Amino acid sequence: MAEEAKNSGGDAVVAAQSHDVDVASAGTAVISSDAVQNPGLPPHRKRVTDLDPQKAKRQERVVYSLFYISIAGSLGAVLAYMFFPIETGEMMAIRLHTLFVGLGMALALLAVGIGAVHWGKALMADHESIDMRHPVPSDEETMQAAADVFTVSNEESGFSRRSLVRNSLLGALIAFPLPGITLLRGLAPQDQDPVELAKHTMWTKGMRLARDPSGVPIKASEVTIGSAFHVIPETLNHHDFEHLNAEERGGSENFLDAKAKAIVLLMRLDQSELNELPERESWSYDGIVAYSKVCTHVGCPVALYEQHTHHLLCPCHQSQFDVSEHAKVIFGPAKRPLPQLPITVDEEGYLVAQSDFHEPVGPSYWERLK
Amino acid sequence: MSSTVTETPAKNGSSRFTSAAATYIDDRTKIGGVVKEFGRKVFPDHWSFLLGEVALYSFIVILLSGTFLTLFFQASMVETVYTGPYVPMKGIEMSAAMASTLDISFSVRGGLLMRQVHHWAALLFVASIGLHMLRIFFTGAFRKPRELNWVIGFVLFILAMAEGFTGYSLPDDVLSGNGLRIIDGIVKAIPVVGTFFSFLFFGGEFPGTDIVGRLYMLHIMLLPALVILFVALHLAFVVIHKHTQYPGPGKTQQNVVGFPVLPVYAAKAGGFFFIVFGVIVLIASIFGINAIWAYGPYDPSPVSAGTQPDWYIGFADGMLRLVPPGLETEWFGYTWSWNMLLPLIIIGIFIVIVMIYPFIEAWVTGDKREHHLLDRPRNAPTRTAIGAAGVTFYAVMWAGASSDIMATHFQLSMEGVIHALQALLFLGPIIAYFLAKRICLGLQKKDRAIALHGYESGRIVQLPGGEFVEVHKPLESYEQWELVSYHDYAPLMLRPDDNGRISFGQRLRAGFSRWFFEDRIVPPTKGEIEQGDH
Repeated sequence: MAEEAKNSGGDAVVAAQSHDVDVASAGTAVISSDAVQNPGLPPHRKRVTDLDPQKAKRQERVVYSLFYISIAGSLGAVLAYMFFPIETGEMMAIRLHTLFVGLGMALALLAVGIGAVHWGKALMADHESIDMRHPVPSDEETMQAAADVFTVSNEESGFSRRSLVRNSLLGALIAFPLPGITLLRGLAPQDQDPVELAKHTMWTKGMRLARDPSGVPIKASEVTIGSAFHVIPETLNHHDFEHLNAEERGGSENFLDAKAKAIVLLMRLDQSELNELPERESWSYDGIVAYSKVCTHVGCPVALYEQHTHHLLCPCHQSQFDVSEHAKVIFGPAKRPLPQLPITVDEEGYLVAQSDFHEPVGPSYWERLK
Repeated sequence: MSSTVTETPAKNGSSRFTSAAATYIDDRTKIGGVVKEFGRKVFPDHWSFLLGEVALYSFIVILLSGTFLTLFFQASMVETVYTGPYVPMKGIEMSAAMASTLDISFSVRGGLLMRQVHHWAALLFVASIGLHMLRIFFTGAFRKPRELNWVIGFVLFILAMAEGFTGYSLPDDVLSGNGLRIIDGIVKAIPVVGTFFSFLFFGGEFPGTDIVGRLYMLHIMLLPALVILFVALHLAFVVIHKHTQYPGPGKTQQNVVGFPVLPVYAAKAGGFFFIVFGVIVLIASIFGINAIWAYGPYDPSPVSAGTQPDWYIGFADGMLRLVPPGLETEWFGYTWSWNMLLPLIIIGIFIVIVMIYPFIEAWVTGDKREHHLLDRPRNAPTRTAIGAAGVTFYAVMWAGASSDIMATHFQLSMEGVIHALQALLFLGPIIAYFLAKRICLGLQKKDRAIALHGYESGRIVQLPGGEFVEVHKPLESYEQWELVSYHDYAPLMLRPDDNGRISFGQRLRAGFSRWFFEDRIVPPTKGEIEQGDH
């Protein structure tokens, strides 16, 4: 065996056809005729456990001790399971339970693992064995036999000859998954149009702006300069939502679907700092502006407001919007400004929406302009 | 050598029983042949071969802990009110998925431990696959006949990330919902079909009431089945090809030097499984992870500053942040979201290059031989440099996902961090490429000098003629072999074909070949060493 290992340290693997010296192309590899020869396996070095029976005995003791420790760990984990109850619901009890059950299991696993590895390394025979490799490809005869199988079955079936039969079969096989793919259309309701849904939210004329999540309506007088409110429509609470019709829900079926479109941020700036577009001057009230809270990048809540700079920051990908400049993007991957909600006050002094948003909120999508 | 199962029964009872049992089984299964064939199969030994094992073992841990979790988890988005022992969440509306995850954490003994084992094992699974891939890449183990197994392994890496993401989304807490919201935004950016795909995916509007159940099906059935299938294929190929080995004395392309499966490898690998399992449980029992009760149930509105995806999705999230501003166009009445498409395209190109790299390199070298001896990374300088560039590119993308955390922790401006990372995304790989290549060539030069002249002993000797020389300690032939036993490739010479033409393909190949092999350190030959031996 060792002699075999000594021959040719070269790269030329024994070719598949041993009778025929047809070695695969080495490409641009440089095969030097004067290469250094493989010196063969170095002499085997004995371990201390091979030389000294005392030491071997000691390692044996180490291994079985580890296995006993493992048993102790397993039992310990079971005991911890029993004696560290969590039913009080206190965080400390749960922490201790997790810690001690886990430590018991970890000890059991690590001890048996380290023991087994140590047994393998220190006590089992460690003479290096050598396996000879065989080339991966099948030999000529096998390849020929395999080719013959295909040839014969082709002849017997007429797969190549009967082209009409073959091609119609292929056509049938291409067509057969189509119904299955069609069935997947049922993953979403048939009677809804995603493009239409994205255009509407729960905001309508006269809808009061309420605090998120409590649902308490906001008076214009409560909004001091520099303050910011997280806002939802007044009817967006579990109790009222049950009784709304589809239109009042902004087309959404579920509470969170409606909320995902309707969340708004409300801020009040000093009028001198607020640069409004001329066509939107009537959309604000006394320096109070409301913008969609859904980021126009991928839809995270744009929830961080810096009142000194009037910047809104999206925590997901750091898009920044300048509220004093009609929420245009000043940094980050987003492109479009946040849609603005036109607001005014009702006769009781509560802030209300003038209408729904004038554009779809949230991330861009293909048919956004339709 | 090989012990078959039909040995003559020994004297004592227990071995008589063993032999009888073995005969009973073999009479019905013919398993003796398998034992004879594989029982003493030789595996080479090296620490870096353990990385793939860690991946396999952490996957087993994921299966075990995941099975436990399925016994208690309810993959439903039905609204319930939490009534469990955790006070801050009492009376809060949440989905059954979130409530049952809280119950696993606070009402099932050992449940929190299993959740944490599952999560840590998942993180380790993806990490070990990544390191295993890097080991394969830098040692050239992907060369013929193993190119297809590289592709299978790559598919496993993608599947592991998909498993991670679907699992992350199951508890239906604020973080997982935010992750899905980002996926929703990315899907919607796909031209023509995006809006409709998102609609199908969520069963209506985002978030809808279907997504957790659907992801659960993917997470515990479809994807694990695919992972198991591909792992089986991956290992079948390892058996067919036999394991690669590092070059060294006595190791050739035609042999495998190492230890037999039974008993040594069974003990070492079996023990290592328990060590990996033990380390995961140890981490899980001490370090909490994904404390969903602190985030609360999913709601599209709450603030979530400093949200981080799990590390393996970081590269994609980071790429989304590094896009230059304002990349969105409205053409022909439709919206083209380049700020999403561009990262998708770049990441797509990057992973496709990773997937087909073995075929690219095979085309450049034109080498059709089988390779069972690994390269030391220094002996393939250009490949190592390409790998370093790729790793740097990935690392910058990944760092991008923590741009806000870096800014707050190191008192930097967030814009500054992002701009620096944007520059690094292009400069980093270039710098890494040249650094790695120079380091490789430097190491090869050092190896060559040592092979030719031996080690410097530090002793100066005055010869009788008055000349001072430094004495070099010659190498043992075994050490020398490790330094000189590699192959180098010459750049491809452009030659006209039979029609006297030089095709564009050949020109391209020659260009690549020059790029790969122009700078090379030739291994010293016997003659050179004999001359160098003063």
